[in-house]
Amino acid sequence: MSHAIPLNPTRRTALRMAGFAAASLVAPLATPGIARAQTTARLVVIGGGFGGATAARYARINHPTLDVTLIEPRTRFITCPYGNLVLAGMRMPDQITHGYDGLRAHGVKIVHDMAAGIDPVAKTVRLAGGQTVAYDRLIVSPGIAIKWGALEGYDEAASQLVPHAWIPGDGSQLALLRRQLEAMPDGGTVGFALPANPFRCPPGPYERISMVASYLKKNKPKSKILALDAKEAFSKQGLFLDGWKALYGDMIEWVPSNKDGKVVRVDAAEMTFVTEFGTRHKVDVANVVPPQSAARIAFEFGLTDQSGWVPVNPATFEAKSVPGIYVVGDANNGTPMPKSGYIASNTSKHAVACAVASLRNEAPPEGVYFNTCYSHVGDEYGISVVGVYRATDKGIVEVPNSGGVSPRGDLPEQRRLEALYADAWYSSITKDMFS
Amino acid sequence: MRRPILAGAACLAFAAYASAARAAEPVPLAAQGCVGCHGVRGTGSGAIPGIAGRPSTEITATMNAFRANERPGTIMGRIARGYTEADIAAIAAYYATSR
Ligand SMILES: Cc1cc2nc3c(=O)[nH]c(=O)nc-3n(C[C@H](O)[C@H](O)[C@H](O)COP(=O)(O)OP(=O)(O)OC[C@H]3O[C@@H](n4cnc5c(N)ncnc54)[C@H](O)[C@@H]3O)c2cc1C
Repeated sequence: MSHAIPLNPTRRTALRMAGFAAASLVAPLATPGIARAQTTARLVVIGGGFGGATAARYARINHPTLDVTLIEPRTRFITCPYGNLVLAGMRMPDQITHGYDGLRAHGVKIVHDMAAGIDPVAKTVRLAGGQTVAYDRLIVSPGIAIKWGALEGYDEAASQLVPHAWIPGDGSQLALLRRQLEAMPDGGTVGFALPANPFRCPPGPYERISMVASYLKKNKPKSKILALDAKEAFSKQGLFLDGWKALYGDMIEWVPSNKDGKVVRVDAAEMTFVTEFGTRHKVDVANVVPPQSAARIAFEFGLTDQSGWVPVNPATFEAKSVPGIYVVGDANNGTPMPKSGYIASNTSKHAVACAVASLRNEAPPEGVYFNTCYSHVGDEYGISVVGVYRATDKGIVEVPNSGGVSPRGDLPEQRRLEALYADAWYSSITKDMFS
Repeated sequence: MRRPILAGAACLAFAAYASAARAAEPVPLAAQGCVGCHGVRGTGSGAIPGIAGRPSTEITATMNAFRANERPGTIMGRIARGYTEADIAAIAAYYATSR
């Protein structure tokens, strides 16, 4: 269904009354040459990950007359989801790597460059390469940055010895961690330093511990895992602890902050974690899930507050500091929603609808935001957390009596099915972004 | 989420269309959440069944049964309880016509 999205809608009311059957008969208000740029609304999307790729794809599918440009420096996108299965040897890196040809086929203009600045008055994005891209509405989904140095001793140089593998980039961090696990002798200890909230993917570190345990159990069964946590509790905790016990016995030791689990210093050269009360843990392979903030451009554009995340209008995802710029995904302060790929993707569709409504001078649509995060605990052993959220005048709230985690107990069929559904989810959501 | 609830299949289709028009979206926003798992346009993905092309009455009845805990499932009960009747009507009407 195609209907024009003129900059200054004149037939807005008629369109609304007549609905889509009639709307599809309205030809795009395209005029040749230079004037065209002024009659076709331009949506620019920064970041081609879960939020941005989905936004660009849905903008073109649902609003084919919209002129959509996606700005993303990389030509291949490696997902964080299923990276933990690469560590376990259950997936190959190319199975979690995606390209942008599908989006091109939908008519998305792709610019492989870094957004370096926004001028909200002129409504332009400046690219690192020097070019300028004009927009009428802007959606920004740049993901996270690591707060280098916020954990003493953990800077970029340290991450070459002790990987984080929490931002996929070119895939080298995940590859490094996988190589280190492969090189570790049987009987070694894999250490994790885990952050306080909020951070990207609340269950992610615990799925990673599970997948490393799965690899060790099959290949190096005398090895141990020491997980040092800056928190006292974590996502799907009961389910993970049950699964670890059932599948891996006493291989995994999880140490919460109230039992001196909080790592305050990393000595990468010595492969040593130092905790709050001075305990030194020397390990054989170390993984730090470091403290995080919104991606750098969010700071450079002045979109963040002192929390390091971007405050947004819960009903539209417009940045509170700059109207007309929609910030979705991990970069925003969307609590109580988790920083998940599902939320980034789902809320980006809402942001597209809000951006289009705003171009038409219409009120934003009412949204319902939806999340499911599956985690693999072992072979044929999956668990999940569900959340359905709505914007209210008190901010974003989870719908009472809905959502929640998988039931606990000895439920092999539930776990087997959820592992299968996790695989189906991965395939579905990545097609929803890139196909 | 206060969308009009209308009875009858034709009216169900209209409800989705009206709420979509209001949302300036050809696909109701509630329905845009399902495809994270249920495949492109709801056509299914691996072990997760397709919902595209199912009669709207069937989708509505299934969602209501999940909501009321009357149908066993791994995850759909937790999901269905987050949606209103109007959401479910819009979801059902959209996927009934989706291919
Ligand atoms: C180990 C792990 C497992 C996970 N598992 C799951 C899971 O099972 N399910 C789930 O839902 N979520 C999962 N997640 C979380 C998920 O990866 C994130 O929530 C999701 O990627 C957030 O999407 P986003 O669009 O905000 O950022 P991203 O997907 O990171 O995309 C951001 C994009 O913006 C680009 N960018 C950055 N700066 C600029 C700039 N200046 N100009 C242009 N482009 C720029 C980047 O190159 C990147 O491609 C997992 C995360 C981890 C770490």
